[in-house]
Amino acid sequence: MSATQPQKLVIIGNGMAPGRMLEELLEKVPGLYDITIFNAEPRVNYDRIMLSPVLSGEKAYEDIIIHDDVFYSQNNITLHKGAKVTHIDRAAKNVTAENGITASYDKLVIATGSAPFIIPVPGAYLQGVRAYRDLDDVSAMLEVARSRGHGAGKAVVIGGGLLGLEAAYGLKRQGMEVTVVHLMPTLMERQLDPAAAYLLEKALTARDISIVTKANTRAIVGETQAEGVELEDGRILPADLVVMAVGIRPSTQLAKEAGLLTNRGVVVDDGMATSDPDVYALGECMEHRGMCYGLVAPLYESARVLACRLAGEEAAYEGSVTSTKLKVTGVNLFSAGDFAEAPGREEIVLRDASAGVYKRLVLQDNRIIGAVMYGDVTDGPWYFDMLKRGTDVTALRETLIYGQSFQGGGQTDPAAAVAALADDAEICGCNGVCKSKIVSTITSKGLTTLADVRAHTKASASCGACTGLVEQLMTLTLGDTYKPAAVEPMCACTDLGHDDVRRLIVAKELKTIPAVMQELEWKTSCGCAKCRPALNYYLVCDYPDEYADDYQSRFINERVHANIQKDGTYSVVPRMWGGVTSAAELRAIADVVDKFEIPMVKVTGGQRIDLLGIHKEDLPAVWADLGQAGFVSGQAYAKGLRTVKTCVGSQWCRFGTQDSTGLGIRLEKFMWGSWTPAKLKLAVSGCPRNCAEATCKDIGIICVDSGYEIHFAGAAGLDIHGTQVLGQVKSEDEVLEHVCALTQMYREQAHYLERIYKWAKRIGTEEIRAQIMTDPARRRAYYERFVFSQKFAQVDPWSERVSGKDKHEFKPMAVIAEAAE
Amino acid sequence: MMVSQADMQGAEAGWIAIGHIDQIPVRGARCVKTPLGKFAVFRTADGAVFALENRCPHKQASLADGIVHGHAVTCPMHNWVISLETGAAQGADEGQVLTLPVRNEGGTLLLHLGAAASALQVAAE
Repeated sequence: MSATQPQKLVIIGNGMAPGRMLEELLEKVPGLYDITIFNAEPRVNYDRIMLSPVLSGEKAYEDIIIHDDVFYSQNNITLHKGAKVTHIDRAAKNVTAENGITASYDKLVIATGSAPFIIPVPGAYLQGVRAYRDLDDVSAMLEVARSRGHGAGKAVVIGGGLLGLEAAYGLKRQGMEVTVVHLMPTLMERQLDPAAAYLLEKALTARDISIVTKANTRAIVGETQAEGVELEDGRILPADLVVMAVGIRPSTQLAKEAGLLTNRGVVVDDGMATSDPDVYALGECMEHRGMCYGLVAPLYESARVLACRLAGEEAAYEGSVTSTKLKVTGVNLFSAGDFAEAPGREEIVLRDASAGVYKRLVLQDNRIIGAVMYGDVTDGPWYFDMLKRGTDVTALRETLIYGQSFQGGGQTDPAAAVAALADDAEICGCNGVCKSKIVSTITSKGLTTLADVRAHTKASASCGACTGLVEQLMTLTLGDTYKPAAVEPMCACTDLGHDDVRRLIVAKELKTIPAVMQELEWKTSCGCAKCRPALNYYLVCDYPDEYADDYQSRFINERVHANIQKDGTYSVVPRMWGGVTSAAELRAIADVVDKFEIPMVKVTGGQRIDLLGIHKEDLPAVWADLGQAGFVSGQAYAKGLRTVKTCVGSQWCRFGTQDSTGLGIRLEKFMWGSWTPAKLKLAVSGCPRNCAEATCKDIGIICVDSGYEIHFAGAAGLDIHGTQVLGQVKSEDEVLEHVCALTQMYREQAHYLERIYKWAKRIGTEEIRAQIMTDPARRRAYYERFVFSQKFAQVDPWSERVSGKDKHEFKPMAVIAEAAE
Repeated sequence: MMVSQADMQGAEAGWIAIGHIDQIPVRGARCVKTPLGKFAVFRTADGAVFALENRCPHKQASLADGIVHGHAVTCPMHNWVISLETGAAQGADEGQVLTLPVRNEGGTLLLHLGAAASALQVAAE
């Protein structure tokens, strides 16, 4: 080989991919090439993926150098630092750098890497706005952090992907107050499913990093220096430093100007050659089989192939399956493979709430094609290996999720969620009893029966909803000697009953569906049509201000705010307060009926008008016309307040004792829009003759000379029940307070889809009377919670949809027709 | 927007572009009207896409209006659970829904309507 003149190899770029390629090449065929490297950065080759530990202070620049100056001189490599190549002359086979240096080549490798994507918003180029790409960015970020002093600087990181979160963690470690702004609803949505993203968000929040999701950046504000980030909703987050970590773009300009084939990246074949056989592309600037890569493993794999080709060997790169780990100390997260776009998939899910573990494997044809793990990632490489090899896992299937070292057992413990509760978690909401009180009383008094525990602690002694939890605590404390009564699970996704789930949502302050499913160890990744609507209601009820209603977990009627009929059309019922209407309203309804050719108009049992047979596509237009006349939704489709039926009362009727119509309207105007476990119908009758039929309603009022008798728990459907008397009050104001308090108690305690009479039967009417009639402080508290919740509930859903909300619900996605010739 | 299939660049025989995946809510579905009947296109929590005839085998209700969970949909009328992968009714119920091939090409959804598709045109949203 020494007899021949070495060939000239020129490499543009000195990042990790060409670095690895050089190592392989020098090992295979030392001296075959005379090598020249142009590096736009003024330094040697360093480990870019270790920038995060440098930023966080866990490593120094010197620790992450891969090739020092000695490496280049020992291997007779010419390295031009700070020399950015600006021109490739393919005909003359040479390259020229900005500083005038030229070099000719026999083989050329383009490894220009990628450039960070800067969102084109006003202020994007202010001082203090940085990308997160190279050592210069890290140095600049560290300088801002240190100049402000520990705890004084504020940083906003735009982008909740891998890089953004690592930047956020590093800046937090440097003493800055950090907020991450992310466009999507969940963090790292490309690598994580919502369950794992929930755990990650929780871990980062616990590290005092604020996370704002679904946030679109409108501008960076400031004169010359960035002072804050303005979001689309008008919020301004103050910032001394803004880091944009929203993605990268392959740097293709040089290759493009040289006339090479480029797409998103520089297009290469399986031998890493570009459209010019003497020019190769490598690293983040390349595009192979339509894919561009930003992770190190595929770049190293392709570097190996290129080294082989340059050494004259056969080798082909066939693309890579990638895996991800987040370099945030103490956060263990692993994601690999492909989660999207193919039918025929199955999943295996394992959750351990007390340990904060979530594992999900996606299988297709008995092979692992994707894995997401949080908390316990020890088996990540094992799964990833099987994924890459396409191993048939049929034989391992039953125990696969427990990992490589699993031996037998593996029963999930239904009491785990209770065991994981904090000592001060409230178990009994009625009597304010926490976990430690129950456990310590059982131990100190030697209690062995539920009746004893109730007698001594009062836990589950009132409404009884927490009985299941109290029994689980007894099992935990007393061991297997105590056998709790069987609880009917909510659905096949969990072993917990409705009561347990409701209590745990409050005790553990679970505020999203993924949070509930993780912490209560759901057996499926996204629930079913039984549990999702129930959980959605429980969260709407418990966190009216914070919870974002999940429409995909609501039944169709509540999604489109109309009642589906057997032929797929819908019926529409506008609200008629207390059953009272007017000529103008009736005229407007008549016009709508004519205009939309509505086939049937019917008076309902709740004293309003039902328009039947409306096509889904027409609903917003029908509502627009009704809205013009002042109508709002009658919520005739809702698990919520439906109607308040009235008689004409003292205003007209010779027997009327009070203004039943006025009171009915007042109640309806106060209570409309509230979501309840099942439908809620009210009525107010002006005298005991009871023309409004109040004694078979969920809540009924019978006016009498001396005031108002409040009834509840009637039914006139599948079951027929006369109401029970809650009590008597003297004024309309008192009626309002008592009725709302009763409704709130029902909202907070009943199981989803449980009508008020079934709830009352389960917990006992005496208990309800005791809480609402004889305990003014408790009544007032229920009332106030109801009023608070109404602040968020009283939005007319029809006018929202007329204004364009949820347009996708009402229109087909596409209409395919015979082509017109 | 009216697009004739013949005009569509790179359209393979039978595949019809019906819109972008982001037009379907996650854990949701949209309806597509065709001369062969209505089809429901589903998008699941894990990003997979399925197309089924939009008729429950029980009482012909619109499956696009159901609740989507895992790779299944629960019919809005009487809670039959239909597998999105096979179109088969789950559990004790018996019935079968026609499934169609659907592809996600970089976000664009393509529905396969068979040989008849070349004579069709699409009005996308």
